[in-house]
Amino acid sequence: MALLQISEPGDAPEPHQRKLAVGIDLGTTHSLVATVRSGSAEVIADEEGRALLPSIVRYAQDGGTEVGYGARATQADDPANTIVSVKRFMGRGVADVARYGALPYRFTDTPGMLNIETAAGARSPVQVSAEILKVLRKRAQEALGGELFGAVVTVPAYFDDSQRQATKDAARLAGLNVLRLLNEPTAAAIAYGLDHGSEGTFAIFDLGGGTFDISILRLTRGVFEVLSTNGDSALGGDDFDQAIAMHWRTHHRLADARDTRRLLTVAREVKERLSSADIADAQVMFSYGQKLHVHLTSAEFESLTASLVQKTLAPVRQALRDAKLKTADIDGVVLVGGATRMPQIQRAVEGFFGKPPLNDLDPDQVVAIGAAIQANVLAGNRAPGDDWLLLDVIPLSLGLETMGGLAERVIPRNSTIPVARAQEFTTFKDGQTAMAIHVVQGDRELVSDNRSLARFELRGIPPMVAGAARIVVTFQVDADGLLSVSAREQTTGAQSSIVVKPSYGLSDDEVARMLQESFSHATEDRDARALAEQRVDAESLLGALRAALESDASLLSREERTVLERGMADVEKAWSGRDHRALKAAIESLNRASEPFAARRMDRAVSGALAGRTLDQVARK
Amino acid sequence: MEFGKNHFELLGLPARYAVDPTSLERGYRELQTRVHPDKFAAGSEPERRVAMQWATRANEAYRTLRNPVERARYLLGLKGYDTEEESNTAMPPDFLMQQMEWREAVAEARAAADARELRRLHGSLADSRKDMLRMLELAIDTQSNFDAGCSLVRKLRFLDKLEEEIDEALQ
Repeated sequence: MALLQISEPGDAPEPHQRKLAVGIDLGTTHSLVATVRSGSAEVIADEEGRALLPSIVRYAQDGGTEVGYGARATQADDPANTIVSVKRFMGRGVADVARYGALPYRFTDTPGMLNIETAAGARSPVQVSAEILKVLRKRAQEALGGELFGAVVTVPAYFDDSQRQATKDAARLAGLNVLRLLNEPTAAAIAYGLDHGSEGTFAIFDLGGGTFDISILRLTRGVFEVLSTNGDSALGGDDFDQAIAMHWRTHHRLADARDTRRLLTVAREVKERLSSADIADAQVMFSYGQKLHVHLTSAEFESLTASLVQKTLAPVRQALRDAKLKTADIDGVVLVGGATRMPQIQRAVEGFFGKPPLNDLDPDQVVAIGAAIQANVLAGNRAPGDDWLLLDVIPLSLGLETMGGLAERVIPRNSTIPVARAQEFTTFKDGQTAMAIHVVQGDRELVSDNRSLARFELRGIPPMVAGAARIVVTFQVDADGLLSVSAREQTTGAQSSIVVKPSYGLSDDEVARMLQESFSHATEDRDARALAEQRVDAESLLGALRAALESDASLLSREERTVLERGMADVEKAWSGRDHRALKAAIESLNRASEPFAARRMDRAVSGALAGRTLDQVARK
Repeated sequence: MEFGKNHFELLGLPARYAVDPTSLERGYRELQTRVHPDKFAAGSEPERRVAMQWATRANEAYRTLRNPVERARYLLGLKGYDTEEESNTAMPPDFLMQQMEWREAVAEARAAADARELRRLHGSLADSRKDMLRMLELAIDTQSNFDAGCSLVRKLRFLDKLEEEIDEALQ
């Protein structure tokens, strides 16, 4: 297909300059890591040749941690310490997970996000996810033979701000430089777009283990544009297992809840076999020694799960409405996620859209493959023709609580990111000097029906009569879809502002503390680790600045250039020292010193765009 | 410097109401191609921040100019005219009368759950809207009658609200 070419010839780096970049699909039931090698994207398998890593973490009594197949093998014996489907808990509280029914974990509520009590102590979903990511990072580094420059980590398009923030924090905790959080359906489109050369409007139907996403994407002249997204962050293949398990539980009058996990494991096997058979049976071995023979026909399975299948179609309709499209406008439907192997899902999708879905890539791998392709681009490893612009949107509206518990929309859903919007408010009492600001995400009218993201107070408003103060609240959503909010009173020129992170977001200090805690059990020297990380940052900053100076030194005066070069020399000097704090300080100082340079370079790039267009238009006339 | 340019300048378009959709889209994409944070994922922190601000700016410009009513409001603002949509609710009597008729018809069709009637109303509203957008182009681009432009923007806002109500009822 005609991918947007930024065709400065010879721009692709030499092989030895290529940065090692990976795409990671952090899934509910399993996770994968992929990379681009010799021009083609491939999943990196483990030593035994397995591409998938079960997203299962077991905290053993002896303090050890096991991730993947090992943890899965023992999950039935130690369900309370074996965390499965942790993705469902990311950025959620205890009340949120109640809807998943009986789970074998002991949850505790902590501000912002639940914790899980394990044999190794309380663990947050961020820490559990970080264990999975660490394994993938190690796998990739061993396969690629070096430290990773960065990773693109995928999230369901419908993830709200807390869930995205939690995912990014988990990646940081695993020592990954997050190049971008990428929506899973967008990643799937990238994978298909490259292989099929298709242009048009596509629906990405992604039914994973625990989440369902539908996205309508338009691919034109190399631009991927998300027209709308919708979904259900609590609907997935696991629910089909649950439905089967519930059926057997009722049918065989099983009262004991202890063996839920065993029953679910067998239910999953039977479900998978029914993708290619009309009937499947199996034995369940209970912990108290009893054996049970269970069976299921595909017709029974279909009727048991008909309401789950129907549940996927409501978000699909809404996504089409939001995109102002009809089913006939959709040129192709891409299936993603292992659960789309179920025949009743394929039939439902075909029936709804009136055309058979595209499913020729492995639905388990397609997201990781797309993420790897995007990571390769973001790392600057692009070859001519291997570059494009990705335009993404926020999935849910962002707003503020106003009088009467109503939510006022500040940024509507499906706004292209990055996006900023300001809204003006005023005081409602004479002499009011503070204002409470409550940030919410969602599309419902009542604040209580939306998700609370953050609360903060703007203080220091000069005393005035009611209605005289002008308080501007600004929302900024970055390219990862993450929000920051600031507020400013501006009638008197007196300014007071605060930048908040959503209630869940970890501060840099908290991440540092968690990193240190995890190292207290490891042999790695903490300081050496911190130094290694700062050195990677230093190298990337110096590399970026050297390249910038090479092309745009003329934008700087002699003095400015001297200041910049002195800052670079300071960073180089600190790089060869042993003090990671000194290196961090030098990096921060150089970052500040290079700000005007960055702004001017962008100015030049933009005027280049304008000049280029004028010539183009002249040529046309 | 470049950051202070107006939406039209940034996207390389003449500051007129009538906008060629192809040029608008091309201008937006060319700008985003230069400034989007994805182009600076391997850059320094200041570069990434500047890129985010610029890409935000580009999205805002495109969003505003893509929507005819927002484009008119923005252009009138550049000419020094405030459309006063919040404060100025004075409307010509015939327009108000038609508004009331429409509103009643929508309420009735809604109460009767008459989807066909709602769709018909939607269609006739869309026709009125098209007429008004043509008048807007004439007022702003040809006659430079910016007061008339402001009045039309106020009327269009009424229509858009009504259209939203019908959309809601249809869902």
